[in-house]
Amino acid sequence: MSDNVSALDKASYEGFVKVEEAGLRGMITLRGDLGSVKIKNAATGVAGVDMPEQGHANSVEQSGLAWMSPDELLVMLPYGDVNAALAQITKHLKGQHYLAVDVSDARAVFRISGAGAREVIAKLCPVDMSQDAFKPGQFRRTRMAQVPAAFWMGEDEAVHIISFRSVAEYVFNLLKNAAAPGSEVGYLNP
Amino acid sequence: MLILTCPVCGVTGEETEFHGGGEAHLKRFGPGSGDTEFHGYLFTRENPKGVHFERWRHNNGCGKWFHAARCTMTLEIFGTYLAQTYEPPQHIKDAITAKRPGWKWREFS
Ligand SMILES: [Zn+2]
Repeated sequence: MSDNVSALDKASYEGFVKVEEAGLRGMITLRGDLGSVKIKNAATGVAGVDMPEQGHANSVEQSGLAWMSPDELLVMLPYGDVNAALAQITKHLKGQHYLAVDVSDARAVFRISGAGAREVIAKLCPVDMSQDAFKPGQFRRTRMAQVPAAFWMGEDEAVHIISFRSVAEYVFNLLKNAAAPGSEVGYLNP
Repeated sequence: MLILTCPVCGVTGEETEFHGGGEAHLKRFGPGSGDTEFHGYLFTRENPKGVHFERWRHNNGCGKWFHAARCTMTLEIFGTYLAQTYEPPQHIKDAITAKRPGWKWREFS
């Protein structure tokens, strides 16, 4: 048996926030008409969370759903559960127009936690990270310096980031640099 | 810097999150068309100082194409709208007229 590992094998860094590569995460790209009850039920059925609104993500521990576009959802779940979930989706959506693909190994997941988490993101992404503009539960696809990235914030204000696996090291280095002690800007946390 | 709102996913972002796709509302002239029409489709573009219509793609976001009406001089965005249309919707035309009375762009005004 092969021993699957994530891109950076749970590397972590302590700056003015904590940066962690979160390890392997199961991810399924589900495309179809998100207005369709069948598609919604298939997604919520395997993720075990409610359907997110536009621009939002719902997540509990390793599982969750993120709204990617009007015809795309990201289904997240424990890495080992992907095949069973895909089988369940296939069964549930038989005859429907949809697409479901395992993209777990194409992605890397990071978590940054601590009081300056908003500031670290604000340094790297063209997104207004003030508390009024970006709230827990919101999900944003954007760019992080020179690569595409997506992130959402949990109730604890920790930020979860998804990038492509091929740029995981680049993203980790960006986050480390933005979180370096002494580089606090303090604009978002006066 | 341009501040665009993607009409598909609702995100407002600055232009580096998007990618410009050239002039909007071009009609394709392909096989069977005359040389003049084909030449026009390939090469003839507006280059206005003022009101302009462009295609943009939310490439670091939802990935969808859309249209934007903007001013090339002030970088003001009059509005963005879905790509599935042959001409700017009335509310976009009205928004431009409110700020640039008498504007004209190709066959639209
Ligand atoms: Zn968009």
